[in-house]
Amino acid sequence: MLVRRDLIVVLMSLEVMLNAAGLAFVVAGARWHQADGQVVFLFILAMAAAEVAVGLALVMQIYRRFKSLDVDALSEMRG
Amino acid sequence: MELAFYIAGVVAVISTFLMLTRLNVVHALLYLIVSLLAVAVVFYTLGAPFVAALEVIVYAGAIMVLFVFVVMMLNLGKQGVEMEKQWLTPGIWTGPVLLAGILIIEVLYLVRVGTASLPTGAVEPKEVGIALFGPYLIGVELASMLLLAGLVGAYHLGFRKDEKQEIQHGRDTYERRATASGNSVLARTDRLARTP
Repeated sequence: MLVRRDLIVVLMSLEVMLNAAGLAFVVAGARWHQADGQVVFLFILAMAAAEVAVGLALVMQIYRRFKSLDVDALSEMRG
Repeated sequence: MELAFYIAGVVAVISTFLMLTRLNVVHALLYLIVSLLAVAVVFYTLGAPFVAALEVIVYAGAIMVLFVFVVMMLNLGKQGVEMEKQWLTPGIWTGPVLLAGILIIEVLYLVRVGTASLPTGAVEPKEVGIALFGPYLIGVELASMLLLAGLVGAYHLGFRKDEKQEIQHGRDTYERRATASGNSVLARTDRLARTP
């Protein structure tokens, strides 16, 4: 169940989750002394940057259209 | 050295938990920045200084600035100023500042100890670069294409539609309604007013 209803907080939580995945990769890379973990973290970083750019643009469009950032305001799919 | 890792980890967990429980977006942002900085210190103590620097520059620098930019953009005017005054009362920023102070003390200690504090067998940035442009070259190309797609998508989505179009659309619907209701005079005057 989603507790937080603010779209920006949802995006921030997404960042935390991506960061956690990257942390796991770097820790594994440090454990076995391989560079692969850090390489994958760089890919995650690039993906997070692209994702947050598009996500925040979407947030601004949603705010412009609905005058609200509540997730529940978007629950009706009508044109 | 292990102590530094554990302290940074505890700071990261605490600040992330506080970020999730804040009701105000700006307070959550402050704690999220501290959390990312703490994770960067964790990376450094794990022996990945290159990734730690990137975490600070890209995550805490670029992505968080985007968030702050959008949050500040979405509430403009007098109301926004009053809200910002409420946000920046001393009770709000003491928490993040305390956690960030712990991190600063830790980083100063690590810098003073020097590279001797890094664990043995740490992966150097050179190895990362060789792996990145060797076996992972296709991934780098795909990441660059993804970033380009993100750039174009963000530009397209963030584009403010011309307001003239909306006014024109409103006039058209008004005229259509007037014609449909049989009020030809109203429709004609409206059309005359629009023709230059």
